[in-house]
Amino acid sequence: MVQRSVQEKLAILSDAAKYDASCASSGSTKRDSRDGKGLGSNEGSGICHAYAPDGRCISLLKILMTNFCIYDCAYCMNRVSSNVTRARFSVDEVVKLTIDFYRRNYIEGLFLSSGIIRSPDATMEDMVCIARKLRHEEHFRGYIHLKTIPDAAPELIEEAGLLADRLSINVELPTDAAVKSYAPEKKPEQIRAAMADVRLRKEVARDRTHTGRRAPKFAPAGQSTQMIVGADGSNDAAVLGQSTRLYSSYKLKRVYYSAFSPIPDASSKLPLVSPPLQREHRLYQADWLLRFYGFDLDEITGVTPDGNLDLGIDPKLAWALQHRGLFPMDVNRASREMLLRVPGFGVKTVQRILGTRRHRALRYEDLQRMGASLKKARAFITAVGWTPRNLTDSADLRARFAPPPEQLNLL
Amino acid sequence: MIGAAEAWRKAARGALQDGISPDQIMWGDADAPEDLFDTFEVARGRAEAVTVPRSFIALANRVVWHSDPSRFARLYGFVWRLRDAPHLITDRGDADLATLRAMEKNVRRCQHKMKAFVRFREIGEAEANRRSFAAWFEPTHFTVEPTADFFVRRFADMDWRIYTPSVSAVFEDGKLRLEAGCDKPDLPHDGGEELWVTYFQNIFNPARLKVQAMTSEMPKKYWKNMPEAASIPQMIADAPARARAMAEAAPTLPHIRVDRVLAQAQAHQSAWDGPAAGLPAAIRNCARCELACHATQAVLGEGPKTAPLMIVGEQPGDKEDLQGRPFVGPAGQLFDEIAEEVGLDRSQAYVTNAVKHFKFKAQGRRRIHQRPNRSEIDQCRWWLDAEVRRVAPRLIVAMGATAAEALTGNGDAILKRRGTVQIADGHPPVLITLHPSYILRARDIDTRLQAAEQLRVDLRRAVDLVAAPRKLASA
Repeated sequence: MVQRSVQEKLAILSDAAKYDASCASSGSTKRDSRDGKGLGSNEGSGICHAYAPDGRCISLLKILMTNFCIYDCAYCMNRVSSNVTRARFSVDEVVKLTIDFYRRNYIEGLFLSSGIIRSPDATMEDMVCIARKLRHEEHFRGYIHLKTIPDAAPELIEEAGLLADRLSINVELPTDAAVKSYAPEKKPEQIRAAMADVRLRKEVARDRTHTGRRAPKFAPAGQSTQMIVGADGSNDAAVLGQSTRLYSSYKLKRVYYSAFSPIPDASSKLPLVSPPLQREHRLYQADWLLRFYGFDLDEITGVTPDGNLDLGIDPKLAWALQHRGLFPMDVNRASREMLLRVPGFGVKTVQRILGTRRHRALRYEDLQRMGASLKKARAFITAVGWTPRNLTDSADLRARFAPPPEQLNLL
Repeated sequence: MIGAAEAWRKAARGALQDGISPDQIMWGDADAPEDLFDTFEVARGRAEAVTVPRSFIALANRVVWHSDPSRFARLYGFVWRLRDAPHLITDRGDADLATLRAMEKNVRRCQHKMKAFVRFREIGEAEANRRSFAAWFEPTHFTVEPTADFFVRRFADMDWRIYTPSVSAVFEDGKLRLEAGCDKPDLPHDGGEELWVTYFQNIFNPARLKVQAMTSEMPKKYWKNMPEAASIPQMIADAPARARAMAEAAPTLPHIRVDRVLAQAQAHQSAWDGPAAGLPAAIRNCARCELACHATQAVLGEGPKTAPLMIVGEQPGDKEDLQGRPFVGPAGQLFDEIAEEVGLDRSQAYVTNAVKHFKFKAQGRRRIHQRPNRSEIDQCRWWLDAEVRRVAPRLIVAMGATAAEALTGNGDAILKRRGTVQIADGHPPVLITLHPSYILRARDIDTRLQAAEQLRVDLRRAVDLVAAPRKLASA
C-alpha cells in the first residue's frame, strides 16, 4: 500500500469522523497546568474554537484512528462494503497531531473514534494507548472523549474511563429492530449492557474506600450516545421514548440526534434525500423540554396524531396551542412550573421573572428586557399594561408562527 | 487601559464615600487614561463607608473592559442608585441594569471568543527548551487583560505572546506581563496551519449547509485572523454540488475483500460475545438455567477448532457429567463403533452437545436421564451458536430430537426427517440423524439393527459430504 502523508490521512480520517455529532468539551473536572508541568486546562464550560459552514462547532479534534472496519452497517460510510479510501493513523501520529493543534489553540482536546480492525479488543487497545500516551507522556490535561467499542474487554473499558473525560457508545438507531437490520454485527442489548457498565463503574468510582480515600474519577464528563434520525421508519415518539429510557437507565449526559445525511458511496439500502435537519432541530427542542422544562413525553408527542413533532412550529408552542385553556397566564402570579410552559420563555427568563417580581409587578416592557421572545409569548401572557384579549383564542394563531405555505414543486 | 478595573473601583469607592453624585463627575476616556477620573471641584460631603452588593462588583469587573466610553459613567450612575435601593441589582426589568447586563454580556462573549479564536503560530527554535508561540488578535473590547489568565492556566509550559492593537500579553518563563498594544507583527509561516485547514475542510459535511448558524457564532469580523476562514466561501460554494453528487452516485459494488473480512468478523462474534479464548470458562460458569445447579459440571465440546465436521448430541449423560468430556458413556461408545466402521475419524470432528449440563432425576442411587425441555434448549443455544460460529464447520450432524431442535428450531418427526440435510441462511447445513441412545433403548432386536443401519448410512453420508463440498452444495 502507498504510504500516505499525515495530511492525507488527516483528510480521510476527519472526513470519516464528521457524522458523529458530539463535540462537547464541557462538564469535566476543573484542572489547569499553572504548575508548568503539563499542558492544557479544563474549566467546566467548553469552548468552540471554530464553526464549519454546516453550523456545527469544532471544539475537539474529531478523527477516526482508522476507517478500515470489519462491520457492515448500512448507514455508515466506513462499512466494510463501501469503497471509500482507507487510511490508518499510528498511535504517535494521533498524539502529535493532538498536541500540535492544542498548542496553537485550535482545539479543546481529542474525540477519538475508530472503525473496528482485527477485533474489538485490538482496536480498543490502540485507542486506550493513545489516551495513555497523551496523559502520561505528554501530560496532557485537555479534554479526551473516547468512543467505546461495546464488546471490548472490561479492563480496557476501565482504563479508558480513567484516562478519558467522556466515554460514548452509539445506540445508532431508535429501535432494536432497526439496529439489527441496518447494523447486522451490532447488538442493541450489548450496547445497553456496555452503557450500564459505564454507569456502574462511575458510581463505584464515586464511593470512598473504607479509609476515606477517593477512587480516581471514572469518565468525569459522563457518557453520551448518538441516534441517527431519518434512516429508518421510527416516528418522533419512538425516538424520544428511546432517549428518555436511555437518560433514565444509564444517566446519560446527552443523547445526540443526527439527521441521516447522504454519505459518499452510500449503501443501496438507504434513502438518499437531503437530511431532515428541521426534524433534528425539533427533536433537540423536545429533548430540552423533557429534561429542563418538566414536560412529559406524552405531552410532547401526543400533540399530533402520528406521533411526529410539528415541523412548522416548535414543540412547546405546539403544546400551548393545544392547551389554550391554560392561557393567558399572568406573569405576576403564575408558578415557576407554569411559566416554564409559556412559549418564548426560557429557563433564564423565568428565573429573572421570579427574581424581579418579588420586588414589584412586572410590565410588558420589563419582559422585553429580560430576554423573553415576546413575539411568541405575548399571545399567552398577561402583565401590567398588557392583555392579549382574544388573541389567545384566535383561529389563525398557529398561522402567525408557522412558516408560510410553500408551493409544491410541479416537476 | 492596563489596570482599568482596579483604578475605576478605587475612584468610584472614593467618590461614593465622598457622596459625589453622578452628574458631578466627568469620567475620562480609554484613550486618555491620565484624565480617566477627573472630577469637578465639588464640595466634599462627609466620608462614610459604602457597601455595594457583591454581584455588582462582578458586573463592574466585566463592564469596565467594554469599549463604550460611557461605561464608567453608567456604572457609577447605577451604583449611586444602589445606595438607596440595593435590591435593584436583582431587578432584571430595570433599564439601567439591563444596559449594563447587556454590556457585561458583550464583554463576556468577547472574552469567550478570544479564548476560542486566538490562533498561535510557532515562533521558537525547534531545539529550544520551551516551545514558543505568538498570535495577533483584534478583540472588539479591551479583553486581553481579563482573559490573559486563561492562557496562563492553559499554556503554562510554553512561552506565548498575544499581540493586539490596545494591549499585548507576554508570557515568558512562567511570568505574565502586559505591554502596550502594537501594529500587526509579521509572524513566521507555520506548517501546523495547513494541517488545521485540512481538518477544517474535511470535518465539514456539505450535505448540511447552515451558514447562518456558523456566522452567528463565528462572526466575520474575526475571520481575517483565522487561517481556516479563507476557505469558507469556496466550501459553501461547492457544497450543493458535492451533496448532489453524493446523492446521485449509484451505489458501487463492494470490494472483493468484503467477503473475506465479513467472514473474519463472523469469527469474532457469536451468540456469546466475550473473547473467543474465554468461551470455555464462560460455559463452565454458565448459570443461565436451573440445570447448572444440579449437574456436576458443564461439559464442553471437544475437537479441532477448525474441524470440517461437527457432531451434536443431546446432552451429557451420567459418565460425561462425571468426567467432563462429551460422548464417553454407552451411547458415545456405540457412536465411536459405528463411526469407525464408516471411516469417520472422531478426533478430526468437533463433538459437542446441544445442552451442556446433565438433566436427570435422582432415583435411589441412580440418576435417570431426563430430556431437556424447550426453554433449556433455548438457553443453551447461546453456547451452541457460539461454538458453531467459532468452529464454522462445513457440515453439522444433529443426532436426535434435541440437537435437531437446537440447530433447526424443529425437533419433531426425527424418524421421518433423518437423512435429510437442512439448510438455513448464515448457518452451516445440518444433517439430521438418530441419536445412538435410541438404538440402545430399542426393545426388539429388529428395530435396533435397523436403527443402527440408519445411523451408519447417515454418518457415511456425512463423511462423503464433507469430503466433497460440491455435493454439499446440491444436497
